[in-house]
Amino acid sequence: MAIKETRAGREAHLGDDDLLKIYRYMLLARRVDERSWVLNRQGRAAFVVSCQGHEAIQVGAAYSLRPGYDYVYPYYRDLGITLTLGQTARDQFLSLLARREDPNSAGRQMPGHYSSRELNIVTASAPVGVQYPQAAGTALAFKMRGEDGVVLTCGGEASTSGGDWHEAMNFAGIHGLPVIFLIENNSYAISVPEKMQIAGSIAGRAAGYGIPGVEVDGNDVLAVYKAAKEAFERARGGDGPTLIEAKTYRLTAHSSDDDDRRYREREEIEEWRQRDPLVRFERYLEEVELLDEENKEEIEAGIKAEVDEAVEYAESAPQASPEEALDLVYAEG
Amino acid sequence: MATPVTMPRLGESVTEGTIARWLKAEGDEIEKDEPLCEVDTDKVNAELPSPYAGRIEKLLISEGTTVDVGTRIALVTVAGAGEDVDPGREAPPREDAAAEAPTEEFPAAGTEAQPVADEANGENQRVVARARGGDGRGEIESAETLRLTRSSPVVRRLAGEHGVEIAEVPGTGIGGRVTKKDIESYIEEREAAPAAAEAPEAPPEREAPPERVEVYEGDRVVELTSIRRAIADRMSASKREVPHAWTMVEVDVTGLVSLRERVKNEFVEREGVRLTYLPFIVRVVVEGLKEYPVLNSVWDGDRIVVRKRINIGVAVDLEDALIVPVIPDADELNLLGLARRIDEVVEKARSRQLSPDEVAGGTFTVNNPGALGSVVSVPIINHPQAAILSAEAIVKRPVIMNDAIAIRSMMNLEVSFDHRVTDGGVVLRFLNAVKGRLEGYGPESELG
Amino acid sequence: MTTKSLLQAIGEGLAEEMRSDESVMVLGEDVGRAGGVFRVTEGLQKEFGPERVMDTPLAESLIVGAAIGLSVNGMRPVAEIQFADFIPPAFDQIVNEAARFYYRSNGAWSCPLTIRVPYGAVHGGALYHSQSVEAWFCNTPGLKVVAPTYPADAKGMLKSAIRDPNPVLFLEHKRTYRLIKEDVPEEDYAVPLGEARVHREGDDITVVAYGLVLHTALEVAEKLSGEQGIEVEVVEPRTLYPLDKETILRSAKKTGKVLIASEANLTGSVSGEIAAVVAAEAFEWLDGPVMRLGAPDVPAAAFAKPMLDFFVPGEMEIEAAMLELARY
Repeated sequence: MAIKETRAGREAHLGDDDLLKIYRYMLLARRVDERSWVLNRQGRAAFVVSCQGHEAIQVGAAYSLRPGYDYVYPYYRDLGITLTLGQTARDQFLSLLARREDPNSAGRQMPGHYSSRELNIVTASAPVGVQYPQAAGTALAFKMRGEDGVVLTCGGEASTSGGDWHEAMNFAGIHGLPVIFLIENNSYAISVPEKMQIAGSIAGRAAGYGIPGVEVDGNDVLAVYKAAKEAFERARGGDGPTLIEAKTYRLTAHSSDDDDRRYREREEIEEWRQRDPLVRFERYLEEVELLDEENKEEIEAGIKAEVDEAVEYAESAPQASPEEALDLVYAEG
Repeated sequence: MATPVTMPRLGESVTEGTIARWLKAEGDEIEKDEPLCEVDTDKVNAELPSPYAGRIEKLLISEGTTVDVGTRIALVTVAGAGEDVDPGREAPPREDAAAEAPTEEFPAAGTEAQPVADEANGENQRVVARARGGDGRGEIESAETLRLTRSSPVVRRLAGEHGVEIAEVPGTGIGGRVTKKDIESYIEEREAAPAAAEAPEAPPEREAPPERVEVYEGDRVVELTSIRRAIADRMSASKREVPHAWTMVEVDVTGLVSLRERVKNEFVEREGVRLTYLPFIVRVVVEGLKEYPVLNSVWDGDRIVVRKRINIGVAVDLEDALIVPVIPDADELNLLGLARRIDEVVEKARSRQLSPDEVAGGTFTVNNPGALGSVVSVPIINHPQAAILSAEAIVKRPVIMNDAIAIRSMMNLEVSFDHRVTDGGVVLRFLNAVKGRLEGYGPESELG
Repeated sequence: MTTKSLLQAIGEGLAEEMRSDESVMVLGEDVGRAGGVFRVTEGLQKEFGPERVMDTPLAESLIVGAAIGLSVNGMRPVAEIQFADFIPPAFDQIVNEAARFYYRSNGAWSCPLTIRVPYGAVHGGALYHSQSVEAWFCNTPGLKVVAPTYPADAKGMLKSAIRDPNPVLFLEHKRTYRLIKEDVPEEDYAVPLGEARVHREGDDITVVAYGLVLHTALEVAEKLSGEQGIEVEVVEPRTLYPLDKETILRSAKKTGKVLIASEANLTGSVSGEIAAVVAAEAFEWLDGPVMRLGAPDVPAAAFAKPMLDFFVPGEMEIEAAMLELARY
């Protein structure tokens, strides 16, 4: 297959191999997520919280980060981000099945509460919005030391309703901190629709804090990539924070414990499935002739093998001993 | 295996005790804390509650025999593992405050002229013997009782480790509780002392059971507490042994009443102690005893021992019992000193915190039934003393003065005395001396 | 050695740590130009600049949240909450976040973070400038709660707190800021966290106390020793969580009688926890009931002085409680 630079790729300064890598991360996130639901419905995994529909936002935003240098404060749907940064399918299933080798928490936290010291993924919490002031603080440390590190912090649209988000936006605006607030607006906070959650627009709020606010189509991975990359560059150049509101739709229920038939119509979901970011990017790659039946199957097969191996590995991996619940309450030294 | 029961120390300075009466026979079953015997010491008369539950194997000491503290007096085959399976229980103690509150003039006091109610209240035992168990029946123990029998975790542990019965240890804590320091010094003392000699074995003699009155339906049988028994024994002994004689004078205390009225508020403010009539009476009694020392004496079989020290017992009514704390060397105290000491011992008596030392050594007793309204009483001598004085209620009465009728505050003073020791003439001279001094108080007298 | 007040000693400790470690910084409301409402951080901004001594917006959750973010990116922040009464907005960041980072990340992330919190009743402080909030935080594993009372301890413990890899809530009794003065060593020293201090030995009763009440208890202990020969052993936990059980139990076993005193509301208090530890682990040594003295269960000290004085256990109440226990 001929390797040629696509138009969109050129605009985003991405080579063909980058585009295929982005596709592979998105597909890996989708397949890991789908398999997680299967394990849950089989009774092998206690809980799943899903990234489906967010893959373009997550992979697009994370692709231009420098893993292990820049800091990331993800939220519980950010599987696409952590995979892009370097976590693996195995890591995900070890976490899903609460194994000792789970890199996020060694079986202490629910799946989706990511953490990696090596990748500078700061341990995530369940209370919504607490990560924003922390991300601002981490950005302040970069700024104080004159380093060009940036901080990406993410959350759903409902996380902008609480005080922490506003306190952090204000603080970042005052000090021009190198932090990017990425709001993954998927239209629902569990059952509460956006119109009951948000007055006006999220992106529009940035103006009140004197920082750039960007609204982007969250189903267009290259548009997200471009917006994020520009924001990171501004931050690295000392031009302060950016708010990115990426709009998408949550394709699954909130979690494996939620039944979304109680609050939304099937037709609505079907309509959004037509705009599935993964399908959309596939079509694009086919149009620009980076993807055909042959290499698509090859990529699928590779991912399936990776997921199969990961599940098998995780299922046979040991659980932590009960007494390990007592360990690591306080850091030593 | 039989476990020895030893003679307890029933007072700080007590070194020996007399088995007054065995309350159990060999072969009898005994509950923990059930009375095993009565012990007389020169301080107190007390029941010894069994430290163990089990069967009486052997009574080692015969009644009437005096042995050193720590001497083995009985052997008990301990039931089970010797655990405290049924800790002593008793009814919660009542408040000490009498239904009839003491009048301001006199601390409440009792006399045999007033029936002394007995509620079989174990609380009394504390005054006499410091520490008693319950009777093994009924109801939840009060904190006060538990403090005495169980004391505290550390005291129980030390008692267990050193084989000490907590009730044997004199307590200085709240309500006579045995504190850690009490038991530590007890253990130290005991270990320093040479092992007490084995007491000679003698077959115990049992008194024939007393002839019983018939009990009718609805009657209530009240078992004697040890203080009740002690009172009963002493009163009977006194009446049985001592030829009582009795005499009375009337005293015009109008001047004393005015004096007290004048100074009492200032006194309580200045001294922090209420000024009652009792210190005045004790003071003049002490002066009288100095003039007529034979009333401060003891009949000693074939001779009379006249005491040098004047230690005045003051009878205090506890509603359900009578206790006589002693003010030693009362002749060395002025009126203020007496007021303070009396206030102190009365308070202690009411809160049942008197130690055995504080009820021992009296040479003459002052009784004040007047506090409860009595105008005449015939007190029983506090054996082996020679005499007892009763001060009756002060009442206003018409009196002929200079051939006119005057309203005067009058009080009767009586003395019961041992007619073997002395005669009415001496006693009346003593009483008149007391009377004269009381009548000598006027509104402007100095408090001395 | 120079005589220093509590607030001088704390300020000096901050300055020394900032001089010796560039990652140490201070943030909070009014800590910069004003030098703090109690003047603890006076002069720091002049010496270290407006970033390392940063005046923050009036947002407690942000202050602690940002401090967490600083701490995971190489800094050693000392956040100040102006009054303990205003700490509730930061509760989530302290309890759910800072205290759990290490455990929930299986030891990957820790928060070397100090939160300075002036607490305690003062005249005129009233309901929202007087509270003793320690109990809210003393059942939060992963958090250390310290409350030194004396200047030399406070300086040494502040240094330990800053150097500690865990989040430390550093409580300062504001009534004692200027009231208590003592000699404070000039040289660099640290007082370890987690160790109680026996201020005074005695074998009659043990008093465990902290804050202003400790200061009062020590005065009463001297008085009782002189007047009545009652020897009180006075133990200051210094660290309220996790407790130095060993020192407290050693004293409890020695005297057999324990009184725990503070000015916090009694129900659900740190005193209650200490009492439970003593009752459970020193039971066989006890020679009296474990007693507690604290503030009544009303919201906080009032503005009016008579009500304030009634709220905080004073010399008379402390003496009465000590005597009651001694005589038990």
